[in-house]
Amino acid sequence: MVISEEPTPGNEQHASVVDNPQTPAETVKQPTEERRWEATQVDETVPDDAAAIKPDLPVPDSVLTPTPPLKDEFQEELVVRPLHSGDIYASFQFRTVWETDFTRGMSHYRLFPKSLGQVISKFSVRELHISFTQGYWRTMQWGQPYLPSPPGAELWVWFQDTVTDVDATWKELTNVLSGIFCASLNFIDSTNTVQPSASFKPLGIANGTDHRFLRYATLPREIVCTENLTPWKKLLPVCSDSLCADLVYNRLFFPPSVNFSTAVSIPRLCTYGRCVRTGRAKPQWSLFKMFSRTLTEACPLASSSKIYIDVTDNPQDQFELSPATHLLSQAVVLGDRRTFSVYDLTQQVTFGTVRSLNVLIRWKSTEGDMLRPLLHAERYVAGYGLQTGEIHTLMYNNHPFRSFPVLLLDSVPWYLRLYVHTLTVTSKGKDNKPSYIHYQPSKDRMRPHLLEMLVQLPPHSVTEVTVQFERALLKWTEYTPDPNHGFYVGSSVVSALVPSTVAMNTNITKEQPLFSTFFPTKEESSYFIRAYTEPLLVNLPTPDFSMPYNVICLTCTVVAVGYGSLYNLLTRSFQVEEPNPGLAKRIANVIRKMRGVPPL
Amino acid sequence: MATAEVERQRGQLAALSIAAVVIIVGVPLWWKTTETYRAWLPVSQIRELAKLQLQLSADVEVVFARGTVTPEQQKKMPLTQTQEEDHAVDEDTALKYKYETKYRTATIMEEDALNKPNAAEADLSLHVLSESPCGSLVIYVIPESSSLLPEDVKVYIGQRRTALLRVPQMRTAKTLEQLLHHLQPHIKQVLRVMSFSRADITAALSDRVRFHPGNKESIADSMRAFKSSPGYEITFSLLNPDPKSHRLHWDIEGAAQTYIQPLLTKMSPVANFSIDSQTLHYAMLGVNPRFDNTRSAYMLNADSLAHVINPVEARLGSNAASSNPVLNFLLYVPDAYHSPLYIQDQNKREVPSNAFHSPRWGGIMVYNVDSYYGPETEFPVDININMAKVMGVFLAQLRLLLGVQSSPPPPGFLVAPCGSTGLADWELDRLMWSRSVENIATATTTITSLAQLLDQIGNIVINDNIAEQVSSAVTSLQLAVAELEAGNLKFALQFSKEAIQASEKAFFDPSLLHLLYFPDDQKFAIYIPLFLPMCVPILLSLIKIASEARQKRREKQAKKD
Repeated sequence: MVISEEPTPGNEQHASVVDNPQTPAETVKQPTEERRWEATQVDETVPDDAAAIKPDLPVPDSVLTPTPPLKDEFQEELVVRPLHSGDIYASFQFRTVWETDFTRGMSHYRLFPKSLGQVISKFSVRELHISFTQGYWRTMQWGQPYLPSPPGAELWVWFQDTVTDVDATWKELTNVLSGIFCASLNFIDSTNTVQPSASFKPLGIANGTDHRFLRYATLPREIVCTENLTPWKKLLPVCSDSLCADLVYNRLFFPPSVNFSTAVSIPRLCTYGRCVRTGRAKPQWSLFKMFSRTLTEACPLASSSKIYIDVTDNPQDQFELSPATHLLSQAVVLGDRRTFSVYDLTQQVTFGTVRSLNVLIRWKSTEGDMLRPLLHAERYVAGYGLQTGEIHTLMYNNHPFRSFPVLLLDSVPWYLRLYVHTLTVTSKGKDNKPSYIHYQPSKDRMRPHLLEMLVQLPPHSVTEVTVQFERALLKWTEYTPDPNHGFYVGSSVVSALVPSTVAMNTNITKEQPLFSTFFPTKEESSYFIRAYTEPLLVNLPTPDFSMPYNVICLTCTVVAVGYGSLYNLLTRSFQVEEPNPGLAKRIANVIRKMRGVPPL
Repeated sequence: MATAEVERQRGQLAALSIAAVVIIVGVPLWWKTTETYRAWLPVSQIRELAKLQLQLSADVEVVFARGTVTPEQQKKMPLTQTQEEDHAVDEDTALKYKYETKYRTATIMEEDALNKPNAAEADLSLHVLSESPCGSLVIYVIPESSSLLPEDVKVYIGQRRTALLRVPQMRTAKTLEQLLHHLQPHIKQVLRVMSFSRADITAALSDRVRFHPGNKESIADSMRAFKSSPGYEITFSLLNPDPKSHRLHWDIEGAAQTYIQPLLTKMSPVANFSIDSQTLHYAMLGVNPRFDNTRSAYMLNADSLAHVINPVEARLGSNAASSNPVLNFLLYVPDAYHSPLYIQDQNKREVPSNAFHSPRWGGIMVYNVDSYYGPETEFPVDININMAKVMGVFLAQLRLLLGVQSSPPPPGFLVAPCGSTGLADWELDRLMWSRSVENIATATTTITSLAQLLDQIGNIVINDNIAEQVSSAVTSLQLAVAELEAGNLKFALQFSKEAIQASEKAFFDPSLLHLLYFPDDQKFAIYIPLFLPMCVPILLSLIKIASEARQKRREKQAKKD
């Protein structure tokens, strides 16, 4: 039984620990500005009945109780691939796996970020993939990235089938995400959102195919800069001296990176990032050079923390790795068996006697070249003038003897009016008829064109897809602030099952590096990749923006002139006037007068 | 000459008819096409609401137990009295408190209940006998000899809506009137504790009325609780600045279910609540605690508490999925190098709960785990947090922040502990009274300022949906005021919540914002190229016609002369 708190005045006085940096006069003036801190007085308000229900709460001597099994897990890894061009490709991945049901009302977060969890449960999101990329990925020089992403921002979401109004939910979701990621995702609206019918399948366990619940949008214009990365850091459990967010997000994306990308994908919360740095790798590259610091420990929250260095291209001892590690790992990545040197940061031995790890690559020779990637796509705009044009999409199949099918997805804004009857697909000079075409025409100011087709790429060939378009005239408020820069058209997406040279691993085990398991592999003979083309920059007929006022003035003047003459005609009174004699007549009359002859 | 005159007259007629067409057709057409759409708003009703006359009515039943009234007095019962109290807050807001008091004697069953050995049991059995509606109160007057209450206790306030009142020297009153007169101050005191009090209501009106509290303490009291809102997000955060040394486990789900959920369920008529929790690693406090040699512990000074939160707050994250206010409760486990950590008040004494709270923000508790370290403990240590201890503190803070407890009861009062729900019925009623008044005050302010704004800026488009929201807000407000007057607290709160939602929706409707408002000078810059060349000839010819007419009249006059 608890007696109600009945503090004596003196008691009350000590109970309120007041912190107030302001002077009393100020506080009286602005009471709302004041933030008071008061010590909480607790008089054992714990309801006694409630305590009785739960009598045995852990008491301090239960230190040795076994750790309860954790439902969530955090893994981190960094993959470094020295490129022959002298660049360094670094890709990292943080993965938080949490087996939970987001549809429940109460949610308790440990490693998973609360902000994203709330978004997922509020908007009934089944899968969410978002990426921000700066710079174009040069596939021909650098090979396929582990995680492909188009320049700018890309967002695709699968909703639960309980969502009734998908469009409204999508709109709200993009607005919320734009707040979370400090990006202009709120510019995603119906004019740049499409529902691909085949290109984007759920990656998780769920295998829904009803594309009514899928929304896909890209913002090719989105400029990602290093300041935008703070929100990404908040999605991870921040650690200080390890591989974690602090190091990567603060130091990796430093301006010398020519391409960087970060992405989040859910349901397994994966935060990815990649960057390529040029001209820094040869003759020597080290972690210290990249991060300006060395690693001293693993994140205590991570269940695995590893650094992989790709040493596949090093049979002829092109470079030297130090400290040498005997831990080698083989993984089949993107249809290729690759060898990695592994540094396991959870093992103390990795850090050696100096208690710090600085991986160093020293190049011995400078030549060598890259294997051409099997699939590669590019795109450009042809044509002249400001009325019509032609979009060319080129898809390269570099496989010497196998043909394979690809799904091409094109989402073109409504102000480029596609003429679908001009669509041609040619490979090796011959017409290549797509086996599946899904086309959704645009509606002005409502929705974009969506063109999806399944094309078989013959071996060792270039397939060209062309379609003509007409440029629309926009209303003067629809132009972007710098309309002469041009208008962006998002990248085409080429999804393909590429035949693999080695047998793919179909069952995902924990030992596999995280980067090799992004897309689930269903069969051994082929692997799935997604390639993105460049975004297009198209010039639209751009008016002079003082035009509206000029037009107003001009029309008003024309109206006024027309009206004025009409008014004159109507209101003037006309009188017959004696005609003046002509000049010749007058002169003649003057002469006649002088001569004394009567005038004419 | 005659033809010239006819021609001149025709010209004049033409000029006049063009002027007429411009005035009759052109001007209305221009006016109509450039007009903004403004739906009808209930302006007169809004103006009425701007002058807020609130009447709060409470039903009070005073039951006399055996031995408190003489048979003579008993004959005059039951009896009903009405007391009114006026309270003018400022020129636009006036309050009226009305207590409808019914006096009767106790029934036999109530007598039995009152003969129970202690007050808590009596309270429970009285509650079983009759359930009093929301907002009403029952006061049992018990004889001085009753053993229900301890010696020095005058009034016992139960967990429900009943109070036991022991009034001494009852015998001096001869008639019932005298008795009632004698009882009056006591009853009033009970009412002030259990029902609305002047201070509460004034604080609730703070949105509408700028009130000037007497001292700093009362500012603090009035500002501690959160403002009324349709929902609250409660977030528990476990801050672990040192995951290398401590592996913390807290059963927040179970604890929230056991300790917090009953309170929230009870408070569900007032607002919706949602609970979540998170763990933040490497979250440091903003100040470095000072080591105190005498206590061999780290001390956090009261002066530095204000700087503690800021670095943490950046990581707490706001709720992206709703716009309700967030109540933050942080459990801070100090890192191994800085423990134990104690909070010190201004008198350099340790705060026993080791917790503090910030008004309208939340609370922080420091949870020391140094007792877990043995001499040969290996880090990291697994630590199970004692949630009963933590939740006790958080529950107390939650009650404060939600405005449940506002002032300590006067001496001689004994308040029953709040039981498993953490909230007594009368406390909920009190909260509902002040929340209703606060909602009404906020909604009227919103609606009147919206009406004022729309009145001032003439070219805002008022869409039908805004007009609809405004009308529904006004209707709900009127209903809420009427229900308060009738004493139906539950409905009053419901309607006031609807009013506040509708008024906020109308006020923050995006359609009021996105229009382009052209300043007048730009408008005229656009109009001049059209209007100047059109109007100048018309005006000139009109002037000419007028002057000619005048001249003609003068000539006629001259002829007459």
